[in-house]
Amino acid sequence: MIEFRKVSKTFVSGKRTITALENVDLTVHKGDIFGVIGFSGAGKSTLIRTVNLLETPTSGEVLIEGKNLQKVSKKELREEKKNIGMIFQHFNLLNSKTVYENVAMPLLLSKHTKKEVEQRVLEVLQFVGLEDKIKSYPDQLSGGQKQRVGIARALVTNPSILLCDEATSALDPQTTKSILQLLRRVNEEYKITILIITHEMEVIKEICNRIAVMENGRVIESGNILDVFSNPQTETARNFVSSVVHDEIPQSVYRLMEVHNGRSHILKVDFVGVSSGQPIISQVAKKFNVDVNILFGSITELQSIPFGNLIVEVIGDSKEVQKTINFIQSDTVNVKEVKGHGSKQTNFDRSDLGNVVHG
Amino acid sequence: MEVNRQILIEAIWETLYMVSISLFFGAILGFILGVTLVITRKGHILENKFIFSIVNPIVNIFRSIPFIILLVAIIPFTRLIVGTSIGTSAAIVPLVLHVGPYISRLIENSLLEVDEGIIEAAKAMGATPFQIIRKFLLPEAFPSLILSVTTATIGLIGATAMAGAVGGGGLGDVAITYGYQRFDNVTILVTVIILVAIVQLIQSIGNVFERKLRRVG
Repeated sequence: MIEFRKVSKTFVSGKRTITALENVDLTVHKGDIFGVIGFSGAGKSTLIRTVNLLETPTSGEVLIEGKNLQKVSKKELREEKKNIGMIFQHFNLLNSKTVYENVAMPLLLSKHTKKEVEQRVLEVLQFVGLEDKIKSYPDQLSGGQKQRVGIARALVTNPSILLCDEATSALDPQTTKSILQLLRRVNEEYKITILIITHEMEVIKEICNRIAVMENGRVIESGNILDVFSNPQTETARNFVSSVVHDEIPQSVYRLMEVHNGRSHILKVDFVGVSSGQPIISQVAKKFNVDVNILFGSITELQSIPFGNLIVEVIGDSKEVQKTINFIQSDTVNVKEVKGHGSKQTNFDRSDLGNVVHG
Repeated sequence: MEVNRQILIEAIWETLYMVSISLFFGAILGFILGVTLVITRKGHILENKFIFSIVNPIVNIFRSIPFIILLVAIIPFTRLIVGTSIGTSAAIVPLVLHVGPYISRLIENSLLEVDEGIIEAAKAMGATPFQIIRKFLLPEAFPSLILSVTTATIGLIGATAMAGAVGGGGLGDVAITYGYQRFDNVTILVTVIILVAIVQLIQSIGNVFERKLRRVG
């Protein structure tokens, strides 16, 4: 659907050359909601702009349904662009026009009868839930409503691709959720392939099925969302994942380890998929001669598959605990014993010291 | 009272005539130059270094010549265009050349104020450069363009006062020939009051329009 082949882009400003994209290879399949995440300056904005040639690649090519748009005539390119809708962080609506006129704009650029325009505009406005705002002006709308207008405007030409350039970054979390739900409907009901760039992992977690992580103009990691979330390969990807999946071991657990000794083992159980629905913990307590104490847990849903981790304290003989670990460990469940954490313990020492001084 | 009503009314008409005709042609000239300055600049929709580097200095040159100098300096050109170098019509040619470049700068500013995101959205929709100007840039800049034209009109009224130098007549001319040169302070006062009233009126009309278009208040 969208294929980036060794796409590079350099900007020359004065004597300096800035590399925004470096040999990006990426494929977005039909029907995907593909998310590209990265910090600002990672090159993701440039990447999405090469799709509809708001930026032309310095080298490499971008294929849309197998076609390189750089090679078609200007007229043909304008036609092709009607197949690629785009929404923006700051909505980019015309403040001088009503909601209706804004949404109608892409149709008014080519020949359509008034009736065709009206029918189509009302249809998409209904889809985004703004049929009662057709006569309003953008400055009378909330941020979320403005983005709905943006989405309606992007859909009005019946595209097969929708590009979302930080489309929710200017919105509050509640509104972000509703816009993401709308985008999912766009994907499901209109069968539109969506390419999203964002710096918010929440967005990726919420709706994407495949993702790519960008850093310094390069794609450093990409794949199915579950794979990247459950097994991030790079530091940056790990950081992004941990911003939405709380798999860090809380301080309180380390504190407990100080207090308990010998017979107490703390295990971190990571799981993906159905296994989270199985009563592992209660089975363990029944089968083995151990006591199980749940200390901490978090579950997230990705693509309606549960994904998360539990931190449990298992009290018993080392032998029994080892058996327990072997029992839990499987393809979809990963168990690790949590050991003391040097750097974190320093904090304890300091607070202890404080007591000493006061005492 | 020295100055009679007849002369004043005639002068008001002359002023309004010079202002409206030169505003009309000046606005057309300024519009073309202003739009050219915007779209040919670096990074804009029809970037063209060559055209920009010609238009930009020309506008600057005309902007820097004091009107009274321009008025006499282009007399041969004026004669070529309107057939005479004296009279109200003769004053219009230099007035147009004076106000046109001025308007072009104002229009340039108004158009540059339009959010770049709007242009990006237009490009993403597959708009032609002409459509971008016509359907995106101009409508978005329209309220600000109205204020620009208002400002230019008021500047133009000031410039017409000097048109007396080529026999253009008008209120400024009356103030100088009847008022200043004959030590008739009443005439000066009266013409000034009329000019102030005209300027106030034009500014108010401009503001009302701008507000309506921006839909505030």
